[in-house]
Amino acid sequence: MSALMSLLRQLAGLFVDDGWLAFAILCIIALAVVLALLTPRLSLAAGAVLLFGCLGVLLVNVIRAAQHERGL
Amino acid sequence: MMIWTVAAPAISAAFLSSLVEAVEALTIVLAVGTVRGWRPAGLGALVGLVLLALIVLALGPLLDRVPLHLLQLAIGVLLLLFGIRWLRKAILRAAGVIPLHDETIAYAAETAQLREQQRRYKARLDWLAALASFKAVVLEGLEVVFIVIAVGAGRGLIIPASIGAIAACVLVAGVGFAVHQPLARVPENALKFTVGVMLSAFGVFWIGEGIGVPWPGEDMAIIAFAALFLLVALVAVALARRRGTEALR
Repeated sequence: MSALMSLLRQLAGLFVDDGWLAFAILCIIALAVVLALLTPRLSLAAGAVLLFGCLGVLLVNVIRAAQHERGL
Repeated sequence: MMIWTVAAPAISAAFLSSLVEAVEALTIVLAVGTVRGWRPAGLGALVGLVLLALIVLALGPLLDRVPLHLLQLAIGVLLLLFGIRWLRKAILRAAGVIPLHDETIAYAAETAQLREQQRRYKARLDWLAALASFKAVVLEGLEVVFIVIAVGAGRGLIIPASIGAIAACVLVAGVGFAVHQPLARVPENALKFTVGVMLSAFGVFWIGEGIGVPWPGEDMAIIAFAALFLLVALVAVALARRRGTEALR
């Protein structure tokens, strides 16, 4: 049972390493989906939100992680 | 007809990521083989490969039944989470914030653990050794299967992506068993950095396709996204180095 749990945990770990980063990415995706659904004519704007949102979240997360790791 | 602007990144993403995963699996299979002999190591790896083949055979027909936009969205989300996770780790390693993954250390740790098991559970050891080999092949192999499906499913490129992945696995297995040592010289972080960039670019592209974004340049947009992710990742490495140094002062 514990081996199965460990396997499941490792499978989840394939997609989520840092919970904050995964949550922020999912929020950006949700925002892009809502934008695309509400304003189909401006769906390119949803694409821009998705692309630049993910890039921004990645950058912020890495800088925070660097400060946190070295600050300890 | 195969579109090379999409096929080439898909095949290279599958090849490079499979190279990383195969190196990691090989390290554990080699450790099992060295400590406990090649029978349990080979048996565990073989059963793992059979299970992976069954997963691919079961998933393939199911994917055809899912509407394309839904499939692109779902795969895009998973691919983006997966790619950004790899990229984040590769950036932090390149910036020196976390240590680089070292196959020699991983091999030594696995060997030590197996020797400890040998001392404690002599009777059950063949099973434990085979299980270690099986688990390594299945876990690393699942990542390969996921990447092949993710980069290939949206555009009917499963077969080219599979060829890329199989080529990487055969190459690593061939070299590994020829030298009988973990492949510590493979520049794993550079590979993870590259694959993280490519998978994140694919993820954004597929999500956009899934929600109906008319990407400028269509498939060529993947290359532009990869260039942007690469640029931001390089900036992130420089900033993480600087911020890390400031925090140390």
